[in-house]
Amino acid sequence: MKRDVITSLSACLGTLVLCSVVYPFVVWAVAQIAFPWQAQGSLIVRDDGTIVGSSLIAQSFKGPGYFHPRPSAVDYKADASGGSNLAPTNPQLTELMSTQAAAEGATQSLHLPVDLATRSGSGLDPHLSVEAAKFQVERIATARGIDALALAQWIDRRADHSWWFLGAPPRVNVLELNLALDGKTTSRE
Amino acid sequence: MDITWIHPFWALLLPVALAIPLGRFMASVLDPPPERAGHGFDRLTHWALHALGRSKPQAMDWKAYGRAFLIFNLTLFVLSFLALEMQTWLPLNPDGKGSLAAHGWKDASGTMHENADTAVIFNTVCSFVTNTNLQHYSGEQHLSYFSQIGVVMWLQFVTPACGLAVMLAVIRGLRGDRNLGDFWHDLVRSLLFVFLPLALVVAILLAASGVPMTFSGAADATSLEGVHAPIARGPVASFVAIKQLGTNGGGFFGPNSTHPFENPTPFSNLVEIVSIILVPMATIFMFGRMIRDAKHARVLFLVMLGMLLLGMFVAIGAELGHGPAVKGVAQGPLLEGKEVRFGPIASATWAAITTATSNGSVYAMLDSFQPYGGLVPMSLMMLNVDYSGVGSGFLNMLMFVIATVFIAGLMVGRTPEYLGRKIEAREVKLAMASLLVHPLLIVTGTALFAATELGSKSVANPGPHGFSEILYEFTSASANNGSGFEGLADNTPAWNIGTGIVLLLGRFPSMILPLAIAGFLAEKKYTPPSLGTLPTDGVTFGATLAGVVLLVGALSFMPAVVMGPVADGLSRQAAPESPIPAQTAEPGSVQSQSKDAH
Repeated sequence: MKRDVITSLSACLGTLVLCSVVYPFVVWAVAQIAFPWQAQGSLIVRDDGTIVGSSLIAQSFKGPGYFHPRPSAVDYKADASGGSNLAPTNPQLTELMSTQAAAEGATQSLHLPVDLATRSGSGLDPHLSVEAAKFQVERIATARGIDALALAQWIDRRADHSWWFLGAPPRVNVLELNLALDGKTTSRE
Repeated sequence: MDITWIHPFWALLLPVALAIPLGRFMASVLDPPPERAGHGFDRLTHWALHALGRSKPQAMDWKAYGRAFLIFNLTLFVLSFLALEMQTWLPLNPDGKGSLAAHGWKDASGTMHENADTAVIFNTVCSFVTNTNLQHYSGEQHLSYFSQIGVVMWLQFVTPACGLAVMLAVIRGLRGDRNLGDFWHDLVRSLLFVFLPLALVVAILLAASGVPMTFSGAADATSLEGVHAPIARGPVASFVAIKQLGTNGGGFFGPNSTHPFENPTPFSNLVEIVSIILVPMATIFMFGRMIRDAKHARVLFLVMLGMLLLGMFVAIGAELGHGPAVKGVAQGPLLEGKEVRFGPIASATWAAITTATSNGSVYAMLDSFQPYGGLVPMSLMMLNVDYSGVGSGFLNMLMFVIATVFIAGLMVGRTPEYLGRKIEAREVKLAMASLLVHPLLIVTGTALFAATELGSKSVANPGPHGFSEILYEFTSASANNGSGFEGLADNTPAWNIGTGIVLLLGRFPSMILPLAIAGFLAEKKYTPPSLGTLPTDGVTFGATLAGVVLLVGALSFMPAVVMGPVADGLSRQAAPESPIPAQTAEPGSVQSQSKDAH
């Protein structure tokens, strides 16, 4: 019994060193050397050195000249992420979707794509479906005084089809689209 | 055809293809014949155990093995409790996280209690020591990097290794070894040869796809529209790898693998979904190799696969159904709680796989699933035998195998036998006890919380769905799964203590009882199979086994399931005029008529 307790304590110490010191250190070293940009959080940095955000994390865009991301249950707080957890049978969900449709300017003939009407599980979904991006073309084109048709074609060219053979849906990254719209030069840290 | 249909095929075929060789490898490194032990690669085990003063393996019977297992788990419990309690004094806390207990909780009337609540630490420790990873806190908000790595991730390694060790001992008993092995040797081998190498590969694949791996604190970002917002990050890649491989499921971030930093691309997603089910699948092949009866193991494997396939396609079918009809919103599969980069099919596939195994990581919010989509994860956890936890899943299935052999024996009027050894009253009693704990915990807990304000005041969605939230929480705790209908406000002392106890009772009896059965069987004389023996490697046995599992599951849980997800689903199909019975539980939530068109 006493021997078991001593073994148990030393096993705790041994496994702790192995699993919580050696292992994460090796992963950290490999990641920092081989994938330094990803390891720091895929941060996008402006020329003056300020961090605009992470290409993987949605951020709030409210202006008419920008692509709007999906609504967020946590107001895009990237240090307190989460979803709405509303059930499909909850009337509150129907109401939120309806408010969102009105806010995004959906009409009888132009319906809001579902992804732009619903909150993601993380509240930080960086992507939109191609349809949801195109839904916003009219508004952005008017706000920026550019040709709507050209903007729609531009979205098609920038759509991300990677990993289609694993069953990934086509999508666009909202922050990257908006950066490209502004024509700002940024770098990967 | 829609290309996203390819995903479930990848998610099933790839792990099966990898699990066959892995199972073979595990049998050879985890159960080496005496002449190979301590030689070649196994010298590593020898060195590690030398440091523990245990380099010579001890012959343990079931009692000694069980004692070592329990003592180790008790030590884990005490040490991790202390470490979480002392979070503020420990290093690696760049964002200055306060005590886990001090973030307060809301009571039934919605009043915030700012005072410390140690129950959340109790719950967290129970949850991680039992390989469950039910989380009543939110990782990026409440834990320092030290707690994430030194407590949570450490337990995510050693608890599946414990499960695997007990499984190895039980298999040795079943094949007639009186010496069930040495717990410490099995533990060290599982870590050194299975979990650490696999986690290293998976962590690097994840880091390559964009999962952060840094010890710097939150990044201070200023968005294009000038909003100042910190972005939480951390040593995530190493964490997520073992979270998936060890049927753990507890996320670094609150919303688990929905968070783009835990699961950034469709590729990382495939890596993770394969990691979830790989080791549980491989253990079944390992079992076949160790008892030298690959055909019997294949039958168990196929019964599990059949149930998983059924669950997966019901869930996918449900999630492809349309959401509520809203004016101005295009009709299509509801994406509430789901990510665009995965879509509904992959989300439903993951939900089935994460609950069939006792992993419980999520990448879509299950609370927002369609009623029958949410029924699938719940049912798979109620059965709790579908690959399930590393080691523990096999042990649960073994109890059903014994029940099946017993029932089949009664039908043909012969003494039941399993793997050449007679199953007698003692074994059957123990197996039944082990099987009954699970439904008892779920039904009792749910009844107590649903009938009182303990539970009824913490649900987030009105009507039957609120009941489903309570039922799901207890099912997940008892199955040691860890997923949840996360709308539930479960960080209260009552929930923390209640589910904490269920977690412990869901784990330890179902590990010790099979160990005892294996110990008793090992003592018995081997009788070679005769004409009257029920073969355990054919279709008849497989079908009977599946029948027993489903029957016991249906008899235990049907009433609860009808009151929860089924009632929810039926209310959804009601005519547009008929309102959902909205007995809203949370003050302030909106009550209105259902706009459902179905």
